[in-house]
Amino acid sequence: MTLKLRDLTLLDDGFESGHGLCAGCSESVIVRQVLLALANEPVVALATGCLEVSSTRFPDTSWKVPLIHSAFENAATSASGIEAAYKALIRKGRMADRPMTFVVFGGDGATYDIGFQWLSGALERGHKFMYICLNNEGYMNTGIQRSGATMLGAWTTTTPAGDLVPGKPQWRKDMTGIVAAHGIPYVAQAAVHNWKDLMTKVRKAEAAEGPAFLNVFAPCDRGWRYEPEDTMAVSRLAVDAALWPLYEIVDGAYKLNGPRHKSKPITDYLSSQGRFRHLMRDREPGVIEDIQANVDREWNRLRVRCGLEPEVLEKTQV
Amino acid sequence: MVDTQERPASAGPATSTAIAVNGGEAVAYALKQIEPEVVAAYPITPQTLIIEKFAEYCADGLVRTEYINVESEHAALSACVGASAAGARAITATAGPGLALMFEMLGVASGMRLPIVMHLCTRALSAPLNILGDHSDAMAMRETGWVMLSGSSPQEAYDLALVAQTIAEHPDVMLPTANLVDGFMVTHAVERVDVLPDDVVREYVGEYEPETSLLAEGSTATYGALDFRDYYFEHRRQQEAALYRSRPIVEQALKRFGEISGRDYNILEPYRMEDAEVVLVLLGSAEGQAHAAVDAARATGLKAGALRVRLFRPFPTKAVAEALSGARVVGVLDRAIGFGSVDNPLLSDIKSTLWTQSNRPLTKGFVYGLGGRVVTLGQFNQAFDELRSALESGEVPLEPTYLGLREDGEVSE
Repeated sequence: MTLKLRDLTLLDDGFESGHGLCAGCSESVIVRQVLLALANEPVVALATGCLEVSSTRFPDTSWKVPLIHSAFENAATSASGIEAAYKALIRKGRMADRPMTFVVFGGDGATYDIGFQWLSGALERGHKFMYICLNNEGYMNTGIQRSGATMLGAWTTTTPAGDLVPGKPQWRKDMTGIVAAHGIPYVAQAAVHNWKDLMTKVRKAEAAEGPAFLNVFAPCDRGWRYEPEDTMAVSRLAVDAALWPLYEIVDGAYKLNGPRHKSKPITDYLSSQGRFRHLMRDREPGVIEDIQANVDREWNRLRVRCGLEPEVLEKTQV
Repeated sequence: MVDTQERPASAGPATSTAIAVNGGEAVAYALKQIEPEVVAAYPITPQTLIIEKFAEYCADGLVRTEYINVESEHAALSACVGASAAGARAITATAGPGLALMFEMLGVASGMRLPIVMHLCTRALSAPLNILGDHSDAMAMRETGWVMLSGSSPQEAYDLALVAQTIAEHPDVMLPTANLVDGFMVTHAVERVDVLPDDVVREYVGEYEPETSLLAEGSTATYGALDFRDYYFEHRRQQEAALYRSRPIVEQALKRFGEISGRDYNILEPYRMEDAEVVLVLLGSAEGQAHAAVDAARATGLKAGALRVRLFRPFPTKAVAEALSGARVVGVLDRAIGFGSVDNPLLSDIKSTLWTQSNRPLTKGFVYGLGGRVVTLGQFNQAFDELRSALESGEVPLEPTYLGLREDGEVSE
């Protein structure tokens, strides 16, 4: 089935407006794209986080689909239990066999850090479910603290830009690669601005015979310090700079979906956000070069995995 | 092995089959007969007997259960939460440190009103590391909103495994329920266990038919919403009310179980209590030693009795007060330390229960059996000796007596 914007606007997406997410937030946009792309009836499991507290405040809920929030770290295990219940209830003839899709939404805190073990266990056991990481590179719900997904040099409230330490001292975890190492049938990176790519990937994830994982880039205007209307532009810049390449791993085979070539230096991206302002203002050349080196290393590693030639990389002018 | 012939209604107790199993396998046998949709568990001593045996039932196709071999105890209860919200009957089992790791989810399960059943093979908490039995773990969960039942034998472990299911899922309760199976003393003790025919069990436990679930057709249920200052208080109060509402339902469930099994249980297990003036109150598997100590004390002319608490949460205040109404001295045996509390957990419950009674008896605390320390008849004889002194002098020391503790290089008997 092709994806046409005109058709999509006519569909009920299952997620009501009136939620409490910030203006400019990526998360409701991603949720709508995911729900619109699904062919089957969904059951949603949420990790604790911005999306959950903003959309399920009793007695209201934004969800027109069944949903469970259990705790911060265990949304993948909620899905494990639901999927097991689904199989057993059908096996015992206690419910009609109808196609359903079990979708988890968790932030990068829930995915990269506190819920890492729960996710890994669920992937290893092979439950058929789809895990969507809403990756805004930090613990935004508790007030913009660093996570394992936060980039080197970024200001957060627990990695403030001080006189001695210029923001987060570490690079970031390759969570997509770690998930891929579980050997599950479908793994992908997507970004909020590229709806067609994301929705296509959701459909592939839904059709996969086993666990599927989507790491979705989800810029956060409050945490990253940019204007709410710039969310899509910031997301696009990250992809253009090859900081967040879009790719998929289908049964172990890598495929690059974009960008075709790195078209922007990392400084364009860094200067778009207040969280990196200290790097640009204080001319922290060592940090910016380190960021660029990390981006380039990961980008070429990915290109090789996708069967492409590494790009000749010019040294970034700082 | 088990008779599965049809049995007419109201036919009196069914014909049980005697098998020789340990307490862990007895629970596993109950699980086989219940055949829940989902079992999620992580192995820990002394619970492994249950889940290994149940894994065999799954591997041999004797049950249609989805058995989730989770990666931790937290995940075990998390998976049960997901499965139960999805409308499935979900069961787990754990012990000691495993329960400690589950702690966050204990309150999630009860707060979401999910009738999960847990078989808790009671075990000491770390540190020091100790794999053996005491009630430290059970005491740590006593205020997390679960119904808690406690047995004293493999037979009772099997029986309460069935009873727990019907309490948890009762529409007026809808709360998770724990079956306390004393680590090693019950889990690993091989005894005769009379098991009911499969069809009788199936009829007794029925099917779990929730009002709502994640998988129900057309469901838009939201489980685990965010409550703020405007609703949280009311929901917690409703949860508390449901827990107290479960008391008569526990009594009914036990009565109904007596009708099918011929084994009469109530929320308390009194022993020679009719005219007892000096009573030992306890929880769990030390019942045999307590009964022997009662007999020994009776032989010396002391009007001794024992009272075992089968329903620990919600605490059966009224029944306990009634049972102890004729007592003049009550000794309470705690198999856990309530660090820094006024009293250890069971003593605290008993004292609070007695406070509002006229003619309050004297109370005296005892601590025993921590970390699997062998519980002897001599220890309980010592307890009755102290209670006799209290009866004669009218005074009791506030400090508990530590039975079987080596304080001066010797183990007291």
